[in-house]
Amino acid sequence: MPTIVNLREMRVDQHGIIRTIGAQGELGRRIRDMGLVPGTEITVIGRAPLKDPVALRLKGFTLTLRNSEADFITVELPDAELV
Amino acid sequence: MPNLSEPVIATIALAGNPNAGKTTLFNSLTGSRQHVGNYPGITVEKKEGYVDTPHGLTRVVDLPGTYSLTAYSQEELVARNFLIHERPQGVINVLDATSLERNLYLTVQFLEIGIPVTVALNMVDALEAKGMRIDSDRLASLMNVPVVRTVARSDKGVREALDAAMNHPQKAWQPLHISYGPDLDPVLKEMTDLIEARDFLTQTYPPRWLALKFLENDLVVRQLFEADSELHRNMRDMADNVARHCEKTLKTQPEFIVADYRYGYISSILRQGVLTIQPDLQGRADLSDKIDSVLTHQLAGPIIMLGILYGLFSVTFAIGQVPMGWVESFFEWLSSLAMQMPPGLTRSLVVDGIIAGVGGVLGFVPLILIMFLGITFLEDSGYMARMAYMLDRVFRIFGLHGSSVVPFIISGGIPGGCAVPGVMAARTLRSPKEKLATLLTAPFMVCGAKVPVFILLAAAFFPEHGARVMFLITLVGWAAALVVAKMLRSSVIRGPSTPFVMELPPYRMPTTMGMILHTWERGWQYIKKAGTVILAISVLIWAMMTFPALSPEAAAPIESQIQTLERRLATEPIEEIRLALQNDISELNLHIKEETLANSLAGRLGRAIEPVTAWAGFDWRTNIALVGGIAAKEVIVSTLATAHALSDAEAQAFSARIASAPSWNTSVAVSLMIFVLLYSPCFVTVVAIAREASWGWAVFSVVFNTGFAFVLAVATYQLGMRMGW
Repeated sequence: MPTIVNLREMRVDQHGIIRTIGAQGELGRRIRDMGLVPGTEITVIGRAPLKDPVALRLKGFTLTLRNSEADFITVELPDAELV
Repeated sequence: MPNLSEPVIATIALAGNPNAGKTTLFNSLTGSRQHVGNYPGITVEKKEGYVDTPHGLTRVVDLPGTYSLTAYSQEELVARNFLIHERPQGVINVLDATSLERNLYLTVQFLEIGIPVTVALNMVDALEAKGMRIDSDRLASLMNVPVVRTVARSDKGVREALDAAMNHPQKAWQPLHISYGPDLDPVLKEMTDLIEARDFLTQTYPPRWLALKFLENDLVVRQLFEADSELHRNMRDMADNVARHCEKTLKTQPEFIVADYRYGYISSILRQGVLTIQPDLQGRADLSDKIDSVLTHQLAGPIIMLGILYGLFSVTFAIGQVPMGWVESFFEWLSSLAMQMPPGLTRSLVVDGIIAGVGGVLGFVPLILIMFLGITFLEDSGYMARMAYMLDRVFRIFGLHGSSVVPFIISGGIPGGCAVPGVMAARTLRSPKEKLATLLTAPFMVCGAKVPVFILLAAAFFPEHGARVMFLITLVGWAAALVVAKMLRSSVIRGPSTPFVMELPPYRMPTTMGMILHTWERGWQYIKKAGTVILAISVLIWAMMTFPALSPEAAAPIESQIQTLERRLATEPIEEIRLALQNDISELNLHIKEETLANSLAGRLGRAIEPVTAWAGFDWRTNIALVGGIAAKEVIVSTLATAHALSDAEAQAFSARIASAPSWNTSVAVSLMIFVLLYSPCFVTVVAIAREASWGWAVFSVVFNTGFAFVLAVATYQLGMRMGW
């Protein structure tokens, strides 16, 4: 049984694979245009000083999004992360 | 400038993601043979230049950097409209090789339009340093486009890319058709057939592209179809049906399926041996990531950011002093030259009006250029994006966006900027509401033209604390900008915030050429302002302060007094008495100047509003300067000096003079500083706001800012008087 978490809950340095994107309209489009599509591998590489926005590494570049936007994204963690 | 006798044989567009190195490639191709304008009616920059090729002159158009070609942003619309309506011979698509997958997403969209695409695979050096390799021949054959490896910052492969685009094998437009899966492909086919059958706009748009955009819910394309109501209705029914089906079975929408399939198409290409990774070099942390672990560290990050901003500010002022002195001496020399003219109205116009006004502004040019050089470095190196990232949480509280930091800083968030390029920099904000709130509040910052006012008043009333006063006034500017932004965003420009989703580009050392061009573009706005608007305003203010002339009846008694004293001086033998006489004569001369001013149009205006401005502690002389300052803040100090009957040369003495003047005290000084900081933006900024937003908002900024500044100034003054400052 894979562990699926919300992107907001991920810790720095944790990585996983995007499962679903729930955002609609322009936000949904922007997120996908930037390469956040289901199946993409991401690593959380940092959080801004006030814990928000969050910085992700994917497809060879760094992307930032707000926690309120990360809420629309669910991520599957590799089994090792179960602990 | 291009040699216009030579015919332009082709137009090639440059396109690509932001930060892919598109502008560097453009600069490398065209050098200084480029100019920046605007697309008609909107505020997206249009850059074009000319290149000599063996066959003739080629026009190169640098399209705005975009990630996609949706109708959500003006940049994306501009890029796709240019390609579709102006039909250039081809497009050079600049790709950042280090993030090939995401960059190809735009390439696929160009291919779907059908324009001949040449791929410039840029920054291959950075990719290889990371231990990765791209087989460009394989990429070329799989995508069926010419691929040229480039390192634009060292001019490598740049000409080859242009040659490849000029000699592109594909002569006609051939739209690429990729599969969008079993749910969308049938309806896409049906829609395409329908468009073709009715021959709807097929001369301009590829039919399948129109159908795809219709499915993607592209508002601009959907509007096109309103011209044919029957077709529109049919298309809408089909689109609605498939949307309902997707929602029910896949819990998603056609436009998202399209994006997913595009990425699927790209990864299927990349999997076929295009990208190889050298295992021994893998896992080596990215240099940018390493730098980020310090520069955006949760604790160290903000501290370093403040340090960088403070450092930029002090360096600007330390270095800027030197060339500023040169420009000042130049205008002093010019002024002394003009003094050779016979005394009278013309000389007064040239010396007091034109040279004093324009010279005062141009004196700041070196300072502003150095400031912009620093800001450009922060921007082009990638640090500005980190500032937006770190500050977004704070800015969001006030209804702004992390990227609002750029316009704020350029406007004078670090004292010495200029609101004109600052307001223009707000263009990078995608949401119209956040952009509006940013450009309405950016003029509260300490621009270079306000700085002399604060320096003067600080020297007069806080002689030991000049730096601290400047620091505090900067903080007040920021606080006012944020608080007013919050007020606006929760009243007149209420609305949800736009997606933040933003790339943090890799840190890069900016190219010298790019820095110089970028700095010059901004500095030029300021110089243009000095040459046009400020010149006109200086003359106008001079005229208002000169006419109507003092009536002979009013001037006669003082002039006869001067004549009497001069006669006595001519025969007076004792040195001490001579000195006293000379002193009296110059006092009387000043008195005439003062009377002339008081009697002039400006003086009458200043007196007329004195009963109101007295609430904030401003007398009629200050009023004249402030009214002039609506035109350009630069004229405040020089007008104050004239109003107190002092020439510019005596400006040093001026601060001592107002410090002891009966109508001045610390409360007046603080109130005036607050007012100057916050009141109406200068005329050129108002025009810039009108261009970026509308004339309605431009007028709003004049009225609202002045009212807001006046209320705060009155409060400060009244409080100060009661506290006995």
